[in-house]
Amino acid sequence: MKFQQIDQFAAGLRKETRASVYDGSKKGYDARTKTLFDHFEDPDRLRRVAGEIKQHVVENLDTYLPQVEAKLRANGVIVHWAATAEAANQAVLSIMRARNAKKMVKAKTMVSEETELAHFLEKEGIECVETDLGEFIIQIDGDHPSHIVKPIIHKNRREIATSFEKHGLGAYNDDPQTITRRARAHLRNKYLEADVGLTGANFISAESGRLVLVTNEGNSRFCLAATKCHIAMVGIEKILPRDRDLALLLNLLARSGTGQQLTVYTEFISGPKSPAQPDGPEEMHVILVDNGRTDVLASDCRDILRCIRCGACLNVCPVYRQASGHAYRSVYPGPVGAVLSPLLAGKKFPELADLPKASTLCGACNEVCPVNIPIPDLLLRLRNKGKLEKSEAAAAATPPMGGWAVMASQPAAWKFALIGGKIIDHLPHKFIPVPALQAWTGKRTLPDWKGGEFRKWMKNRPRPNPALDTPENTR
Amino acid sequence: MNTTDREAILSRVRGALAPLPRRAPLPDWETELIHMRTRRGDVDAWALFQERLRLVNGLPLEGAASLVTWLEQNGWTRGYCDPELWPRLQAAFPATFTVETTFDRGRVDDYQFGITRAAGAVAETGTLILTDGATSSRLAALAPWVHIAVLQRAQIHVDLQSAVTSLADDSNIVFCTGPSKTADVEGILIEGVHGPGQQVALLLE
Repeated sequence: MKFQQIDQFAAGLRKETRASVYDGSKKGYDARTKTLFDHFEDPDRLRRVAGEIKQHVVENLDTYLPQVEAKLRANGVIVHWAATAEAANQAVLSIMRARNAKKMVKAKTMVSEETELAHFLEKEGIECVETDLGEFIIQIDGDHPSHIVKPIIHKNRREIATSFEKHGLGAYNDDPQTITRRARAHLRNKYLEADVGLTGANFISAESGRLVLVTNEGNSRFCLAATKCHIAMVGIEKILPRDRDLALLLNLLARSGTGQQLTVYTEFISGPKSPAQPDGPEEMHVILVDNGRTDVLASDCRDILRCIRCGACLNVCPVYRQASGHAYRSVYPGPVGAVLSPLLAGKKFPELADLPKASTLCGACNEVCPVNIPIPDLLLRLRNKGKLEKSEAAAAATPPMGGWAVMASQPAAWKFALIGGKIIDHLPHKFIPVPALQAWTGKRTLPDWKGGEFRKWMKNRPRPNPALDTPENTR
Repeated sequence: MNTTDREAILSRVRGALAPLPRRAPLPDWETELIHMRTRRGDVDAWALFQERLRLVNGLPLEGAASLVTWLEQNGWTRGYCDPELWPRLQAAFPATFTVETTFDRGRVDDYQFGITRAAGAVAETGTLILTDGATSSRLAALAPWVHIAVLQRAQIHVDLQSAVTSLADDSNIVFCTGPSKTADVEGILIEGVHGPGQQVALLLE
């Protein structure tokens, strides 16, 4: 039987990488649970309300998008629309060209990962420097992020020290503090030399047109303190209806992502700098990016557009913890990625159609989601889509269920199979030629066969009034 | 502006939403939902703020004299101060200090500290609020190793909700919660990544 791609990747993962990813994601999950439950009476209700707010936005984007556009314009922001990744990159390039700008510093934004903005600009002769420490390391390594919030969760300090040495950032030193100080010294010159600062946005308020940006390192603040032009690339689903909803979502975002009460820098930006302020952009652009989102909106998986990119579902996912982010072969890894990546892939859906199967459907991702996305349901819908579209990737490693279906639909065959199960109790397991069973029993004891008990119970179960045994009541 | 992309996106959005039999309503939610457990009856905002600021490794100080002592202890004697604040602080600073009231971006690393005014604070999170209107220089509040934000008691909000619903009419508002930090390398906390490694709130009435 052919393994699924994600299993193949996970099997080939270095022990060190697996340990980094496992420890990092577990730490994130533990911190999240502690802060949310220590701080709030009913953190679960916060999630549910936040989910309802975002679902409302998603289902009313036709009203909110023009509203946001009008607010942004009234605040002095130049608004652009980009239907595709190419259009978004082109919009950035034309802003740069119009200013004769050659250098950009950028903060971490997932949508610019989707459009591969940095590569695009570099081909056009523009220096584009990632300023988030993790993203900076990814950039000098020519690597890809493996986590939405912690892009280098798959790397350890020795690997980072080696690439710093290779790229002229000092002699080998793997002390995290030294690594950080060297990046500080290197990047501050980049900020001060840059013409344009590019960021994403975590939220936009439709009420005030304020963009909300959160970072811990202060890099997006530096981008907006040192440069003269600000470009924000924003997915069309980032809207919140009211300013007060920002308070609810901000209370959830940092706690869910990193277990912090609030990220260190939470910026509310509604336009170019104030006239009296000496530092910061005199010009501000917002690019509203679709890049597949309207396809998701038209699908039965539109709930995934609620996502606020906190990474909590990655941290809790048993598959992500073992496989790491690169196994998902796309910008968004983990449970959210297993839904979003195949959908955003558009025509290339079949190539990623195996991702929805990279889940045990345990439901932990739904349970931790700050906007309560029913990820397991969406995964099932996408599995169905993969099957209907006859995707080869989706079919890989699917156990043949035909034999089981025949057996389960014929009482005589089922009874016979139960007897077969009983025989296993009396056989030494190493003689049963099923590799999976041998691997499983290598470290565990197979419990005694209990087959048939349910049928016995079903037949003799206490029934107060058998006349009421409609199919509805026996569920 | 690309009008064709605008029309394409909006028409696709309308097309995607048209088949929905009904749209999800906007829920109302009561402010109590996000009240923290630790909330006490009549809390002294400055006391709570100090406690919370320390939890995020920030430092609360009261009065110019205590700031000067602390800076001297750490050997930080070169810095920037908001020109409107300097006349009030100058008397407390001995001649061993070099303090400038314009921030020269050509030599950002010459400043060991930057003193600016805060526009407010949030007690329950230990957050300092900076705005374009109150903060004399974005860079001076960011590039030096030490940032000192001058604050008054009346400016402190008890919780995040109150601060977010009374945001100033300012195009750039920043909530700073402790020193700049990262945990990108093996999850180990390092402070002072791009911004200050020391975040001080100075109460000055």
